Amino acid sequence: MTSAPGPPGTNPLTAPLTVEFPFTRSLGPVQSAFLTGLRERVVLGIRSSAGILVPPVEYDPATAAELRELVQVGTSGTVTTWAWNPRPRPRQPLAHPFAWVLVRLDGADTALLHVLDTPGPEAVRTGMRVRIRWAATRSGAITDIACFEPDDTPPDDTPPAPRPVRPHDGTFDSPVTGITTPARLDYTHTPGRAQTRYLQALGGRRITGERCPSCHKVYVPPRGACPTCGVATTGQVEVGPRGTVTTFCIVNIKARNLDIDVPYVYAHIALDGADLALHGRIGGIPYDEVRMGLRVEPVWTDGARHPDHYRPTGEPDAPDDTYRELL
Amino acid sequence: MTPPADTAPVAVVAFAQTVHRRRTDELSETEMLMPVLHEVLAATGLRTADIGFTCSGSSDYLAGRAFSFTLALDGVGAWPPISESHVETDGAWAFYEAWVKLLTGETDTALVYAYGTSSAGDLRDVLSRQLDPYYTAPLWPDSIALAALQARALIDAGHTTGPALAAIAARSRADAAANPYAQLRGAVTHGDPLVHPLHTGDCPPVGDGAAALVLAAGDRARELCARPAWITGADHRTEAHALGVRDLTDSPSTRHAARRAGAFDRPLDLAELHAPFTSQEVVLRRALDLDERVRVNPSGGALAANPVMAAGLVRIGEAAAAIHRGEADRALAHATSGPCLQQNLVTVLEGEA
Repeated sequence: MTSAPGPPGTNPLTAPLTVEFPFTRSLGPVQSAFLTGLRERVVLGIRSSAGILVPPVEYDPATAAELRELVQVGTSGTVTTWAWNPRPRPRQPLAHPFAWVLVRLDGADTALLHVLDTPGPEAVRTGMRVRIRWAATRSGAITDIACFEPDDTPPDDTPPAPRPVRPHDGTFDSPVTGITTPARLDYTHTPGRAQTRYLQALGGRRITGERCPSCHKVYVPPRGACPTCGVATTGQVEVGPRGTVTTFCIVNIKARNLDIDVPYVYAHIALDGADLALHGRIGGIPYDEVRMGLRVEPVWTDGARHPDHYRPTGEPDAPDDTYRELL
Repeated sequence: MTPPADTAPVAVVAFAQTVHRRRTDELSETEMLMPVLHEVLAATGLRTADIGFTCSGSSDYLAGRAFSFTLALDGVGAWPPISESHVETDGAWAFYEAWVKLLTGETDTALVYAYGTSSAGDLRDVLSRQLDPYYTAPLWPDSIALAALQARALIDAGHTTGPALAAIAARSRADAAANPYAQLRGAVTHGDPLVHPLHTGDCPPVGDGAAALVLAAGDRARELCARPAWITGADHRTEAHALGVRDLTDSPSTRHAARRAGAFDRPLDLAELHAPFTSQEVVLRRALDLDERVRVNPSGGALAANPVMAAGLVRIGEAAAAIHRGEADRALAHATSGPCLQQNLVTVLEGEA
């Protein structure tokens, strides 16, 4: 984390935070047929109480009845509304300025959201005729439609020739049955006053808590509020460095990307002066000799931002009445 | 719905909101929320232990903080143990859940709060993740682009014009000059087209904020507030998720919810509409049949402050506060969620003569 300029008396920390996940989704029969169709340059819709829906859905938006009657519609259509996007955002379909469009494909009664590639907003209008530009490589995804492009055959505003909507059984060789849609969101994380103070103290290898002005308990790590009284915690209190194991578990499953041999012990540790136990790994003692009441101290490693683990101090065990309230 | 005749009426008895700001880097969400919780409790003289039910609205996607609503509970003070619930949407829906809870007669007070920290991420991208993941979200259409499609449809249909939208923006920010909590106040330039036809001025500010209110039933409400804002009806409705299936120039869900909430039974004198975009005010005014006798968004509305997840609850709070102050007798509050006004909640509040 880095410090950013803040109001006097505070020095808020910030750090980049990326949340990223490759969502893998299975497709139902209707979505599978539609997306496989796009791979084969075929656009499918579905018959509903409101006419032909494109893109197709599995249940009727008006009646909730199950829909299964697929039909093939055209690959040209009419813009029903549009919006000019002068500054495309990184993951949007085109890198240069484009129009967002809703397009009612020939034979369809509803519109599909996509993008339209034209040189400028003056080239776009509601009612214009457009056609699909297919992506060079297609995998069975909405992005198999690279974009729409103007279609001046037939000229604008000429009602399209009635295009027979052909029944389609939705069957293709090697149908697409699932999609992976990576999602990534980038944040700037700011931990707030209390956690900023805690993290800044950790930088000096000190562990601090904050005291509740109402019940006088000391919380570690502090989050700015007493969870039982609902008031802001104030006044930093240095706690530890030594503490007492209040409870523990033995971990027998190796976590991916974690370079710790199993079994190891993960414990709740009540640091001296704290009224809430925090958790940490216990090292420097065989796993089967860790016990409630064991006195421990933090072990810092070079460059680390928090204690790597806690090890026995060699003191006699703490009497159980000294930590009973902290279990 | 309108409440059954044999239940005690429920009222909003206190409301508080933060000063909404572009960033709140120095505060955790709990730290941002705590002052408004303390303010509504102080206004009613209640302690957390006196509150029968607590309900909150927020979304982890805004700040990228997992399970943040459980941490926010630290600011409530959950001891002795409390009865609590959370909705992963605007706090207006938490208000609805609390209202229904009070109508059951199980308890006579409720605390409702909501918060959003939009500054941590890029709101346009974050909101795109609420879209259908098969056909729409992979294109990353952002919230302003979708609102712009709706604005173009309204202009094409002859329901508004670019200058008319600019006038809505100017009126909202001018009204917000008297609102000390608003983020954008007074004259604000209409700016360049952001996504044509929407200009910067047609779009809401991005910011952080929180709000809280207290509900109470029957005599308890009269004890806690000199002029309670009685909830005479509330309802929420949704429309098809796919934008291409809907008529973007209309909001039948808003109209249906308003009818069910009794909004059309008698004249209104105030409406707080959750219209983050100028074009959406046009849609809502038409759906609600609001004429010039109804004051719309004297607070400045979501165009002046749009703390996502709290902005709808703020509409209810602003409408209630106008009744508390004696500035309105019958007010409508509207909240929305989802792209292009997909989900809509309407409540009607009345003060006793």
